Parts: sequence; C-alpha cells; structure tokens
Amino acid sequence: MALPPLDSPQWQSPWRAFAWGLRSITQTILTIVLFVTYLGIGALAHDTHFSLLWALCSTLFVWAGPAQIILITTLGSGATIIQSAIAVTVSAIRLFPMVVSVLPLMRTPTTKRRELIFAAHLTAVTLWVECHRFLPQVPRERRIAFVHGLGCGLVSVCLTANTVGYFLAANLTQTLGAAILLLTPLSFLYSTARNSREVADVVALTLGILLYPLAAKMNSGLDILVSGVVAGTIAYGVHWWREVRA
Amino acid sequence: MNFAQLIGDWHALAVLFVAGVVPNQIWRMLGLWFGGGIDEGSELLVWVRAVATAILAGVIAQIVVEPPGALASVPDVLRYGAVGAGLVVFLLTRRSIFAGVVTGEVFMLAGKWWLG
Repeated sequence: MALPPLDSPQWQSPWRAFAWGLRSITQTILTIVLFVTYLGIGALAHDTHFSLLWALCSTLFVWAGPAQIILITTLGSGATIIQSAIAVTVSAIRLFPMVVSVLPLMRTPTTKRRELIFAAHLTAVTLWVECHRFLPQVPRERRIAFVHGLGCGLVSVCLTANTVGYFLAANLTQTLGAAILLLTPLSFLYSTARNSREVADVVALTLGILLYPLAAKMNSGLDILVSGVVAGTIAYGVHWWREVRA
Repeated sequence: MNFAQLIGDWHALAVLFVAGVVPNQIWRMLGLWFGGGIDEGSELLVWVRAVATAILAGVIAQIVVEPPGALASVPDVLRYGAVGAGLVVFLLTRRSIFAGVVTGEVFMLAGKWWLG
C-alpha cells in the first residue's frame, strides 16, 4: 500500500486522511512488536491480579508501554502509590522531548493548541518513529487527521492484544503462560537496544540491568529508581567525558 | 473468571489514575504547552534520557530476576539463558527484534521441555 501523491484529491477529506492513517498500521513491523508487547502486558496484569478493565484503561489513558509495566510491577510488588508515581513520572519524562519534536510536523500557522491535544496524547515511541517516516508523504493540513487515524489504529491493536494476553494467561498451561510473560522483557530489551544509538544509551541499558539486583538487596521500595538514577548518571558521565575529550 | 473479576474494583482504578495516568500525561501536556523553546540536544535532556533508559532496564531486570506469576515456574538458568540467547541472535541478525524474541521464547520452551 502506497499513500496517494500529495496533490491527490484523496486528501481533500479529513476522514479519508484518517482512514489512510488507520490503514498505515499494516505498513510497519512495529505494529507486530507492539502487539507482542501488549500481549505480555495483558498477561502481566492478569498474573499480578489486576482486572481486564484496569489493563485496558491503562492502555487507553497511559498509552506508554514502559510506564504501564513499571506501574504494574511496582504496585504488584507492594510499592506505595507515591513510589509507583515517582517511578512512572521519571520514565515518562522522555515523552516531553518526543512531543516537542513531533508536534511541529503537524502544525500549520492556523492550528490551535487544543487541536493538538489528542495527537500529543497519542505520542509515544512507535508513533514518534512512524510520524517521521509517514508525515512527509501527507499534506500538512491533513497531518493531524492522519496521525489521529494512525494512533487510533495502534491503540486498537494494543487493546486487542491486552485482551488476548489476559485470557491466554488465565487459561493456558503454566509453561505457555510463562512464555507470554517472557514476551515483555524480551521485546522491551531488544526494542530499547535497537533504539540505542549513542554510547550513553548502551551504557544506561547495560548498567541499568546489572545494577538492579544490587539495588534490590537494599530493599528500599525504590529499587528501580535507585538503580536507574545511578546507572543513568554514570551513562551521562560517560557521554560528558567523551564530549570533553572530542 | 466472572464479570466482576474482569471489571475489578474502583479503588484499583483510582490508583491507576493517581499513580499512572497523571504522572505520565503531565509530560505530554508540558510538551504541548512549552514546546517551542526546548533544545532537543540539551545536556539536561541527555541525562533525563539516560535515567529513563536505565529505569526501563531495571524493570526488565526485575521481571526476569523476580518473575511474576507463571514465569516463576521457569528455573533461573532458563530465564537468564533465554534473554542471553535472544540477545546473541538479536545482535547477529543486525538488531532484529523479532528474531531475538522468537529465539528467547524457543530457548525457554525447549529448556522446559528438556528438563521435563
């Protein structure tokens, strides 16, 4: 499927643009990665004793895989609401530069801020990557509608995956249930590694994994935050040192 | 599983909003509001990205080291082995997420089957 040329009459209706956005989810391998990840999140929610409605609401209203997993694992392992909220908000800071860099791609001189609220909500790593790929092929005045379509398509895929994963975890044998739960760490590790372009990212990822078991021994209830801030700061130090030397 | 279990209780949903939705959305709305003047390459954002990546890494480690639910039935060596085997294939296939995930899963299932 190729998008119509920029001057095609196909782009005259915003609804057509929405439909093209919706159909574009079939054009990316990231849709499968998202499906697999959210299958795992559904199973994780089940095995950590959250309800299906809870899992679906977290996908609809949080719409950020890492934040959802952090929320489920911290709450599931007995952290307080405040501890979970801190871990979630630190993981979500990365959404800020993403929104800042993606919205100018859709803005026209007459665009009002409120017209961008839904697009800002839909912004997460997958949409951010796909916007940079697809939007140059979409006329500027139809980009918001296109992004709404693309985002709604991805959210629907994830809601379906959550539901399937939840019921699979409830009904499968223990071994297959374990296989579904294993999808989450595997897909997150490899997709984060794939997005790690700079040395600082690789150091943060590797140290973050290695330091967690040490931080967990302290039993502070903030294990993930402690290992994350230490590993991230060391990674930043490596980045800074390389800049100074260069 | 009955209908009430699928819905859950309102307290858990309230916790979802306080601990999950608000702390997450605040950054998107700040991005929408103050978008203009931020330099994407600024040093502060480099540090923030590194910490966010390391936190995610910690979550990945937590699921593998202290597995929830059914995953706890898989012996340690198989869980660590699955992540390692998947990583090797991921790197060998020029960073194919799909190949890495499939390898990790096959490793774990084959190991389970072999151990009985």
